[in-house]
Amino acid sequence: MAEKFDAIVVGAGPAGNAAAYTMAQAGLSVLQLERGETPGTKNVQGAILYADALERIIPDFRDDAPLERHVIEQRMWVLDEKSFIGTNYRSDAFNSDQPNRYTILRAPFDKWFSGKVKAAGGLVICETTVTELIQEGKKVIGVRTDREGGDIYADVVILADGVNSLLAKKAGFHGELEAKNVALAVKEIHFLPEEVVQSRFNIKGNEGVVIEIAGAVTHGMVGTAFLYTNKESITLGIGCLLSDFKKAGIAPYTLLEELKAHPAIAPLIEGGEMKEYAAHLIPEGGYKAVPTLYGEGWMIAGDSAGLVNAVHREGSNLAMTSGRLAAETVIALKDMKLPCTAPHLARYKTALDDSFVMKDLRKYKELPDILHGNPHFFSVYPQLLNRAAHTMLMVDGQDKHSKEKTIRGSFVQQRSLWGLVGDAYRMWRATR
Amino acid sequence: MSENTAAPAKPKGKKRLELDPRLAAYKGIWVFVEMERGQVHQMSWELLGEGRKLADILDVELGAVILGGSSDELGAAARNAFTYGADVAYIVADPILTDYRNEPYTKAMTDLVNRYQPEILLLGATTLGRDLAGSVATTLLTGLTADCTELAIDPDNRGLLATRPTFGGSLLCTIQTLNYRPQMATIRPRVMAMPDAMPERSGRVISENLQMQEDDIIAKVLEFIPDEAQEQAQLAYADIIVAGGRGMGKAENFRLIWDLAAVLGAEVGGSRPVTHAGWLPADRQVGQSGKTVRPKLYIAAGISGAIQHRVGMEASDVIIAINNDPNAPIFDFATYAIVGDAVQILPVLTDAFRSRLAVNRRAG
Amino acid sequence: MHIVVCIKQVPDSAQIRVHPVTNTIMRQGVPAIINPFDVFAIEEALRLKDRFGGRVTVLTMGPPQAEDALRKAIAYGADDVILLTDRAFAGADTLATSFALAQTIRKIGEEHPVDLVFTGKQTIDGDTAQVGPGIAKRLGLQLLTYVSAIDALDLEERSITVQRRSEGGVQVIRTRLPALITMLEGSNQIRFAGMDDMFRSARFDVPKWNKERAGIEDVSKIGLKGSPTVVSKIFTPKPRAVKAQMIGADLDASGTANAILDIISSQHPRLAQELGLITP
Repeated sequence: MAEKFDAIVVGAGPAGNAAAYTMAQAGLSVLQLERGETPGTKNVQGAILYADALERIIPDFRDDAPLERHVIEQRMWVLDEKSFIGTNYRSDAFNSDQPNRYTILRAPFDKWFSGKVKAAGGLVICETTVTELIQEGKKVIGVRTDREGGDIYADVVILADGVNSLLAKKAGFHGELEAKNVALAVKEIHFLPEEVVQSRFNIKGNEGVVIEIAGAVTHGMVGTAFLYTNKESITLGIGCLLSDFKKAGIAPYTLLEELKAHPAIAPLIEGGEMKEYAAHLIPEGGYKAVPTLYGEGWMIAGDSAGLVNAVHREGSNLAMTSGRLAAETVIALKDMKLPCTAPHLARYKTALDDSFVMKDLRKYKELPDILHGNPHFFSVYPQLLNRAAHTMLMVDGQDKHSKEKTIRGSFVQQRSLWGLVGDAYRMWRATR
Repeated sequence: MSENTAAPAKPKGKKRLELDPRLAAYKGIWVFVEMERGQVHQMSWELLGEGRKLADILDVELGAVILGGSSDELGAAARNAFTYGADVAYIVADPILTDYRNEPYTKAMTDLVNRYQPEILLLGATTLGRDLAGSVATTLLTGLTADCTELAIDPDNRGLLATRPTFGGSLLCTIQTLNYRPQMATIRPRVMAMPDAMPERSGRVISENLQMQEDDIIAKVLEFIPDEAQEQAQLAYADIIVAGGRGMGKAENFRLIWDLAAVLGAEVGGSRPVTHAGWLPADRQVGQSGKTVRPKLYIAAGISGAIQHRVGMEASDVIIAINNDPNAPIFDFATYAIVGDAVQILPVLTDAFRSRLAVNRRAG
Repeated sequence: MHIVVCIKQVPDSAQIRVHPVTNTIMRQGVPAIINPFDVFAIEEALRLKDRFGGRVTVLTMGPPQAEDALRKAIAYGADDVILLTDRAFAGADTLATSFALAQTIRKIGEEHPVDLVFTGKQTIDGDTAQVGPGIAKRLGLQLLTYVSAIDALDLEERSITVQRRSEGGVQVIRTRLPALITMLEGSNQIRFAGMDDMFRSARFDVPKWNKERAGIEDVSKIGLKGSPTVVSKIFTPKPRAVKAQMIGADLDASGTANAILDIISSQHPRLAQELGLITP
């Protein structure tokens, strides 16, 4: 006898866990299928958790979730080969009872989240790959797994199987993911004693620092680097568009090595022991690349739906929110005794559109195209900015007015006046 | 929980050993000389060499325990044991002991220990040694440290400090047996240096009878199938080893490993995933849960170099590693690195060796 | 026929990390798996059950999380599982571990008498290979270590014939039940559980036994107290300082092969002589 559930969730990352937990908590019969050995095993270490998205799902998550540090300071650095120019924002206000952002390690975090799904009554089965969706005409009525007797049925299937959802592709819901819409990020984790992390970043207790990095380290490719402080380790990573990696012929690992050797970064990780290296894909196509989000008997959430805000490096909060909204859609339909047909599941899209998820993506919808067309954002400007700072700070007998003139000159020479104006206008349009 | 060797949460503070007076009578170091089918395992001599050093530190006698079916063979083994440092040989000769069986060997060993009371009992961490040591320690209800790579004496309390790798070799821990005697340990073959024989040395022989009849023993050996000469994986003592890992892709590709080994006159080894997948027999596994080797040349093809493999082969004189991942850990400790697909490079390397060796043989 | 399989949940040593500062094993993020050697024991037990009928009970001693390992055993087809878990067992060495497991098997046997006990040849974290022999000795079971194949099993006669690896060859040995077998790796391949078994496993309520339930009264024989050995020092192996020298980075396969031969000949003349690469 094939099993049947109210809902099947494919994937046990943030989106899948949020969906499965929300539905199980509401008393629905939920099956969650994960291909990894345990939830979290397929995930890379080191990430940012945005409290608000999780709070709406598990209000008291702070009681037992494995959190590393709460972020009290954000630095934005623009690097050239030798130097960096940047801004800091640090505030004691982030030291509240309910901090807003945390650094986490994904493996233990995902495992914790999955434990919550089980405790809520969801059935979680790992090491099982969903090979295809079972369809009756256009309607999805279940999933087929790689195990014998592997057909399982449900009223609705929520796809949260990660970036480049093979299932959605196979079912014809999505086309092929374009290389220009996906970033390849590599991360490493460096272990250091807790006191060293604290003193290097001037923090105490569980306070944490995040550094966002752009500039020469990406060799002009569209991408950024990042550094997160964990309890006794530092996550360091860099990501660029897959299409750029292909074009430039540079290995991601080389970029990471260069980043680690940069004079601004090297002292921060010095003496640390590198213990993990991992690569993963991030959908960065933004608003325009978001595919169809629902259909007859199915919805798609999180990375598999391309819901990532590349500009602010937000992903897990969009994932959790979309998972929750998909789940709430199912719960509402069950309450009203309505079937999970496409017109009814359209509520999910409406809810997403009304949420920060789509609003933020829409705000930056032109940005990916602009960055693609203007690689100098990642090559010329970082250099110019650093040189400008250097010129201004160098006390060498030259007067400040002349220095400003030199700087202006170098900008115009590199990028032409119209180019500068155009860049400014396009950036303003894209981020306004 | 479970073996504390495996869960080194916190090393215990050094405990003062106030030895029970009953246990203070235990004196001397014993080494079990492993004989199977008339052959003494080379590691028994390695162990006597190590035992000699410890006995000199403690200023006690070194005993060799020799069990077997033929008193002639045992006598010869005892004479050899003396040349490798033993002062006394404890011998139990009985046809029942011709083939190794757990029950009579355990009986013979525990009777000897109870009678002559050694403070330290060392065995090789071979299949035989581990089978016997576990039973003897449980029968005697004493402490046993398995698979050690280093032995020393605690100057404070004359206790044995037995060091062993754990967690696949990621950590080493030193283990002591508290208020129990004898202190037992099994030691990895090929870790201790082979001592030089001292032909002039001799010693005392003490013979005991086995207090057991064949009818008392349930297990019967129906057959012994010796490893065929060419099949015999004398891996631990091989001078040249060609080893393959998961990077070989599939079982059939191991032909390339065997081909190169044939040209070099080498033994074939493999990593744990490979023996687990059945691509190679289990006794060809090199590493923490397999064999420790120290050849003059070790060629590692498609082996990533996980710590569990590394601890078994890093003592090799020259290591040539072929792996397509430039970041593979094996390149951190190999002598020479070839970044590339082992499946493609191996046949070319085999050809190169073959033609170069042929040329030199003609020339020579 | 009733078979008990003793397994252990271990951190995957391939992914293990040692905390560089505290020298402790960092389990965080390292997947816990069934000791790979034990998987062969589970499969062999299930194969005997397939051929001769009976039941398979899988037993482990460990922290509450070890439940995951047992759940997996259910998916493979075990009839029942028991998680022996009690703080009193913490810090046990092989002697204390074999006592606790033997006592539990005795207790299990009160309900369904045990004919065979299986274990893997050793664990990948402790690597001692001593708990199996210890259990056999305590329960008076016939001990068969490093078994690569079970040739015959006669339940009427209560006899079993196995091939076991010994130094220099394979012993074919016949003995009586009840017996304890430690399985050699590579002797079989674990089955891939069907979806029904996955559901059974996900819904299975894993029984947890504390020391009282296992009938253990004498706490001096378990945990740290029952362990003759103590860990006095833990340290990390010294890393080799020098990285490998890259050969043939810009050469084709044959160029690389010749470069290696050349370097052996020039840098390691003695080895090259023994190989026959150069003549003395």
